[in-house]
Amino acid sequence: MLPKEYSTISNLSGPLMVVDKITDVRYDELAEIRLMSGERRRGRVLEITEDRALVQVYEGSTGIDADTTKIRFLGDVLTLPVSKGMLGRIFNGRGVPIDGGADIIPDDRLDVNGNPMNPFSRDYPSEFIQTGISTIDGMNPLVRGQKLPIFSGSGMPHNRMAAQIARQSTVISGHAAFAVVFAAMGITFEEASFFMEDFRKTGALERTVMFVNLADDPAIERIATPRLALTCAEYLAFEHDMHVLVILTDLTNYCEALREISAARKEVPGRRGYPGYLYTDLATMYERAGRLRGKNGSITQFPILTMPEDDKTHPIPDLTGYITEGQIILGRSLHRKGIYPPVDVMPSLSRLKDKGIGTGKTREDHADLMNQLFAAYSHGKEAKELAVILGEGALSEEDKAFAKFADLFEDTYVRQGEYENRTIEETLQLGWDLLTIVPAKELKRIRDAYIEKYLQPLLAKKAEDALAAETAGE
Amino acid sequence: MAEGKKIQGTIAKISGPLVVAKGMLGARMFDVVRVGAAGLVGEIIELRDDTASVQVYEETSGLKPGEIVVDTDAALSVELGPGLIEQFYDGIQRPLESIESVANSPYITRGISVPAISRTKKWDFVPSVGTGVSVESGDILGTVRETVLVEHRIMVPPGLSGTVESIRGGSFTVEETVAVVKDAKGAKHEIALMSRWPVRKPRPVAKRLPPVVPLSTGQRVVDLFFPIARGGTACVPGPFGSGKTVIQHQLAKWADAEIVVYIGCGERGNEMTDVLLEFPELEDPRSGQPLMKRTLLIANTSNMPVAAREASIYTGITIAEYFRDMGYSVALMADSTSRWAEALREMSGRLEEMPGEEGYPAYLGTRMASFYERAGRAICLGKDGREGAVSVIGAVSPPGGDLSEPVTQNTLRVAKVFWGLDAQLAYQRHFPAINWLTSYSLYAETLGEYWDNEYDGEWSEMRVQAMSLLEEEDQLKEIVRLVGIDALSKEERVVMETSKSIREDFLHQNSFHEIDTYASMDKQVKMLRNILAFHRHGMQALERGALLRDLIASPIREEIARMRYVEESNLSQLDELETRIGEELGRLAAAGGEEDVA
Repeated sequence: MLPKEYSTISNLSGPLMVVDKITDVRYDELAEIRLMSGERRRGRVLEITEDRALVQVYEGSTGIDADTTKIRFLGDVLTLPVSKGMLGRIFNGRGVPIDGGADIIPDDRLDVNGNPMNPFSRDYPSEFIQTGISTIDGMNPLVRGQKLPIFSGSGMPHNRMAAQIARQSTVISGHAAFAVVFAAMGITFEEASFFMEDFRKTGALERTVMFVNLADDPAIERIATPRLALTCAEYLAFEHDMHVLVILTDLTNYCEALREISAARKEVPGRRGYPGYLYTDLATMYERAGRLRGKNGSITQFPILTMPEDDKTHPIPDLTGYITEGQIILGRSLHRKGIYPPVDVMPSLSRLKDKGIGTGKTREDHADLMNQLFAAYSHGKEAKELAVILGEGALSEEDKAFAKFADLFEDTYVRQGEYENRTIEETLQLGWDLLTIVPAKELKRIRDAYIEKYLQPLLAKKAEDALAAETAGE
Repeated sequence: MAEGKKIQGTIAKISGPLVVAKGMLGARMFDVVRVGAAGLVGEIIELRDDTASVQVYEETSGLKPGEIVVDTDAALSVELGPGLIEQFYDGIQRPLESIESVANSPYITRGISVPAISRTKKWDFVPSVGTGVSVESGDILGTVRETVLVEHRIMVPPGLSGTVESIRGGSFTVEETVAVVKDAKGAKHEIALMSRWPVRKPRPVAKRLPPVVPLSTGQRVVDLFFPIARGGTACVPGPFGSGKTVIQHQLAKWADAEIVVYIGCGERGNEMTDVLLEFPELEDPRSGQPLMKRTLLIANTSNMPVAAREASIYTGITIAEYFRDMGYSVALMADSTSRWAEALREMSGRLEEMPGEEGYPAYLGTRMASFYERAGRAICLGKDGREGAVSVIGAVSPPGGDLSEPVTQNTLRVAKVFWGLDAQLAYQRHFPAINWLTSYSLYAETLGEYWDNEYDGEWSEMRVQAMSLLEEEDQLKEIVRLVGIDALSKEERVVMETSKSIREDFLHQNSFHEIDTYASMDKQVKMLRNILAFHRHGMQALERGALLRDLIASPIREEIARMRYVEESNLSQLDELETRIGEELGRLAAAGGEEDVA
């Protein structure tokens, strides 16, 4: 028997509508709306009293009238049909294939909201993922099951960087299958086709599932898009033992859609008009990253968000930073200098780095080297600031060495090609090469044994070269 | 209400975690109700005529109007008894391990009902009083060895006194009667190992005491600069990435409390997993036993239902009070109270209450104050007059690191210690990133008296001297920034160098280094004494003609920097170092010479 159809829509406001005289409708239930034109849309029950329901229409309320539009409640929450056949396919923001291929033959239908992971059942993320990008691998290492957002700004190459990460990511240990789930929320057609082209060109598409909600697609649909993607990721990771990298771009658009609904409901706004539950809402997505005891798969998240006016204290990056395990921050000044990827390593942070590096994972000297590079770069930047105020002459020899180090660090370590895939050994080597510039006695963060093993040979060679150059010059 | 008659209503409205039920006449505020056919747990937070607003502790998807709501006629309570320690609970005291096995899934599904304390496990009860003894509230009837570190004391419940009619030792489950107490009216009360207590009601004590005994944490910047007392309150506000959670973990690991209750309130799932995996491996520096043997975890991560997040703080503090009543010193860490306040805000918004500042309810301040007030040092109920304490350390996550926001401001009004975290220090990888200029401790004076007794009055003096050096450094830095380091006198340069040493060799502490992670007060005092000795001898040496350049380049400073790695068993090394600092700097003075003209 088909569910009862109502034509009692009484109130339309933004993406919301009120349906009267209903019976037997559940909270959070999925609804199907049929327009006069025959078009079908989907909605979700946001609030319900005994005889009226507040419904949020995913595709927006344009063209809906109170008179002829009909609505049915489907008795279920929003689900996503899933199967392994989703790999290589492209879907719209509601989970309908848009690549011209056949419909998915589902193995299962899963509630897109998922259930919270039991913290007791989690396994701590500790396996290093090599992204081939030095500023991530060397300075802010990513581990399997981590959620590490990219904080960017308008006009910065976060998309190119995300594509590079998706292309190059490998796990050093083990050979488990790797998949990418990509959710686009409100990005432009141009940006979306950049990703599709890039994945197609490099052959990554066949291990990728894409959910695309474009800038001109209904804004409200964006509320569902990341949840569909994460549901798909959970299925691939924990039913098919795959290591799934989830890229969510752009979270800023998502939060704006959430604000739109909140405003339409006339809720009391929190900071900057965003709803008070923004933190909880974001957490229900970000916290779906992780590993589970007894399962081989994992979900690693790379949410991308553009900070309005590059302001890190804006509610979206701020709340994200409180939930995610670190952040990669892109810096505008590096970008202006033409450095790609413009990762500002000082404020960037990977909280799970300590468990993912070291002997047996990357290399014994990784942690010490990383700390030393941080300290040296910080020292160099300070020296450069000082030089701006007091002039080069005010710098000590030591400060000059560090200033030179900072410049070279940005130029050779941070800067790399978009298709340059550095192994972790290459990244570490690069770090040691750079440290030959600064006085060896200043390297307080590295154990003597590692200095002996990794730095001394370089210094010896440098001295030899210098000698050779001198002799040649004579 | 009439005896035996269940109050039962129906759902009238559902909006997220808020359910409005009608037909609830006779229900009381904060009664626990079961909502819908699935029996979801909820709590009444507002009553209007016969309609009750209920905050539901589980996801409400799929509920529909007309479903039943049943009043359980009891306030939200926790179960208290042997089996609490080493447990890992959710916000409403359901063991997450049992949830996993009942749900048969790594996800938390709905409507799961599991007992907080195992009903089948047997404990050995050893009576400590005999039959016919007269007892009053709080008297200890007997003990159970719960873990190697914790002796669980079974007490006469508050409000009851009389004579012990019968008591028996042996092996019991928590529900079996171990003793019967007859009160003055002749009524008999059966006492089992387990009892219940409503979470929103503070447990009574005989007398509250001022906090005058320090809670040692092994963290130098905390213990020596901004100390917390047993039974005191502290808050750690800071922007993300400044190391709030690491500090909370460090305190949970090394604080010299007998019981640690750690509440992960609206934070990351992986962090709780980290604690769960790490604590059983770590050794308590005092007992040599795994730290988990004195720890109890409560996790309501950010993606778990928001109403249960609100409850988790109360669940934690009630359990903490229970152990205090046994005469223990309990430390409670709440990470983060901002998430708790946000849960309050969300419920308040759904109740359509008039919002206060930034959308938070107007009662935010009173709620926070009444939570922090449950901390304290006290004489417990019971004839033996034993002493217990609950110390509360709350993390605060101010949006954008802006301390003027309501949660931080309300916390500062009640918490006595303020460890202000600084993003700038965190970028420089100076951890713990507690800013030494803005932080404060209102216990510093009283605890100073305590430590001065131990260290012949030296403690307060050193603390004041170190802090004023840092203050002076801050001003000197301003000059250096404007006109360069050459503008400073030789003496001022020494101040700069000593302050740098205080910052880098003393305040900075590596929580991931096996030795540096914990420093006893002895070690802390010796370390600071040596740094200040360098300052004192350095100044004298300058006066007697030593060169600043030699002073700065002195190899003894390298040894000062390595003090942190000296093991607790080898602290005499630090005393030797003190002697050598004097000798070395004396030698420099004797050597003297002409200062380079820079």
